[in-house]
Amino acid sequence: MSDAVDDEGDDADDPAVDDSVADAFADGPAFVPYLAVGDPDYESSLAYVEALERGGADVIELGLPFSEPIAEGPTIQNAVVRALEAGMTPERFFEFVEDLDVDVPLVCMTYYNLIYQFGSEQGPRPFVERAASVGISGFVVPDLPAEEAGPLREACDEFGLHLISIVAPTTDDDRLGTLVDVSSGYLYVQARLGVTGASSSVSDRTGESLARLSGVDLPKAVGFGISSDEQAATVVEAGADGIIVGSALVDIVADGHERGESTESVADRLETKARELKRGALDGYGRRPPAPEGTSD
Amino acid sequence: MSSESERGEPADGEWASAGDGKFGRYGGQYVPEALMPAIQELTDAYERYVLNNEDGFMDEFRRRIRDFGGRPTPLQRADRLSERYDTEVYLKREDLLHGGAHKLNNALGQVLLAKYMGKERIIAETGAGQHGTATAMAAAHLGMPCEVYMGERDINRQRPNVFRMKINGSEVTPVTTGRGTLKEAISETMRDWATNVEDTHYVIGSVVGPHPFPRMVRDFQALISEEARRQVREKAGRLPDSVVACAGGGSNTMGSFHHFVGDADVDLFAVEAGGSSLAVDEEEGVAPNSASLSTGTEGVLHGARTKLLQDHDGQIVESHSVSSGLDYAGVGPELAHLVDEGRVTPVNVDDDAAIEGFHRLSQEEGIIPALETAHAFGYLHEHHDELGDVTVINVSGRGDKDLDTAIEETAKRDVANAPDMSMFEGGLR
Repeated sequence: MSDAVDDEGDDADDPAVDDSVADAFADGPAFVPYLAVGDPDYESSLAYVEALERGGADVIELGLPFSEPIAEGPTIQNAVVRALEAGMTPERFFEFVEDLDVDVPLVCMTYYNLIYQFGSEQGPRPFVERAASVGISGFVVPDLPAEEAGPLREACDEFGLHLISIVAPTTDDDRLGTLVDVSSGYLYVQARLGVTGASSSVSDRTGESLARLSGVDLPKAVGFGISSDEQAATVVEAGADGIIVGSALVDIVADGHERGESTESVADRLETKARELKRGALDGYGRRPPAPEGTSD
Repeated sequence: MSSESERGEPADGEWASAGDGKFGRYGGQYVPEALMPAIQELTDAYERYVLNNEDGFMDEFRRRIRDFGGRPTPLQRADRLSERYDTEVYLKREDLLHGGAHKLNNALGQVLLAKYMGKERIIAETGAGQHGTATAMAAAHLGMPCEVYMGERDINRQRPNVFRMKINGSEVTPVTTGRGTLKEAISETMRDWATNVEDTHYVIGSVVGPHPFPRMVRDFQALISEEARRQVREKAGRLPDSVVACAGGGSNTMGSFHHFVGDADVDLFAVEAGGSSLAVDEEEGVAPNSASLSTGTEGVLHGARTKLLQDHDGQIVESHSVSSGLDYAGVGPELAHLVDEGRVTPVNVDDDAAIEGFHRLSQEEGIIPALETAHAFGYLHEHHDELGDVTVINVSGRGDKDLDTAIEETAKRDVANAPDMSMFEGGLR
């Protein structure tokens, strides 16, 4: 499991906010890969996540599969189906996190109903408490806009976890303020409209979105459609503090599963792809124009 | 006998404000961030045009639903059923609305609203095809391009409606994920909306989804109870003791109930699809019913907190009904709230009773009902003693679309009141 939250505060009633996520963005661009947990099965999935860390992941987003993933495109949707059919459940997800041998912050990405239903009482608190106990650092919940996020934000505060909000190209300045108010850790900047999925080009709207967010004091990680080192470089050059890549990695898992490849072989391919994406992000960082004098970035 | 309320208005009495989208603990806006600005824009448009009649929107809607749609629909006394059950049974004939179901009220309202909002494209999901058909008709009527998502399984069950959508100029896109029914079609339409939200309006087909849809769809459908309340007073000389409507997502249900909610002595019965059993098989992830009001638990799906068919972990289970239009794992949040408040009584009948109801209404009143509607008549047959002296039943749609399913499902079971079906083995074609 991750030891990312071992540095809890002394006061048990007021846990220190997990700073491992901030650390991940502190030294250059962060590479944030995503995989659906349990895809195509528990053991392979463990090997795949660990391969991503070896490939240079700074934060890993772990997808807890929900039967109705309305924000996902076909690639991740199919991964979710494979994982559910292989028996993934919220409790198995937490066992998975405990079994993982990685040392980077882990973020749970899932839909609100699973968070809400967990444990004996309805509401997000039991889920957050359990997540904190296994070393999860934060949450991304695609169907939970800022307006509905209050109870989860409260539980995250109680256990020192982050709630990472998604900023869309359609998010206007009024909403942005509300959204930033409930967010911590980093902002997930959606590069284009639509659902998740690898794309051959990076949306023109990415730079525009990053410019709008320049005054926000949280790292900005860009996701949706990044699948190559060159795209990673373009996004970071445009000002992103990190890149989030899901579908391009899930494609490797799906491909390996369909072709009956060994777990080791698929893990190797994931590690190679992760290195490529991380290198791309670093290249993009190197290509950035020097910050004008008097600015901090 | 019920005492009359002069109000005939909902208990919350909110007319000019869109409110916060909450019905007690239910409702809300649980959607991806990309959709939130569109939902805010829609909420604003709903308040301006629907609630406050800006630019004469509601006047135009009422004119079009009258001239194009055929409103008001009749409230007919069902003479033979009244005699059979020794009670006054009145039928609200939404099957006579253009398109053959109540769905046009909402579809026309939303497509017109999209036009007022300057949207350029309409998308919709459909289960039984009635909502898709109504949306396709409304879009053709108002000159808007339209794409309808429909589960592959439902496409096979409801071919006549698929053809009707296509000849009205709509594109019908099959959804192959999951079991290929309404739940998957809704998810797929939400994905399209998230991609094309800037110029596209999603015509949600029931009182489900994120605010303002549950409230707005109810308002468009409330024409049913607005007329029925007036008509039953004219015909029976008083308000009914009970109003009965079938419930899937709940749009005809809320439409039938809305103007009676303030009439405390009118009992409101929402008849759900009991399917083959009320149990849920968690292992298989299947509920062989669609009775989310009767057996569901609170959760969040497709934009709202409501009652759902789900397993212990919160995964949504596959629902079942002999009627595609009721085959959905959720229900409108306002209905869930009214059930919790004790104002609406959730009841259910199984597939067998629905098939019997289908044949009974056809034989005794000359009205071939949709299989959705047939559930309400299944309930009437089993529980007429509990409905009081005057009952209004909403005939939510006509059954032409269901004839093949009716043949197939009748052949599967021993239906006492069915005609000799032997010459129809293999369907109508």
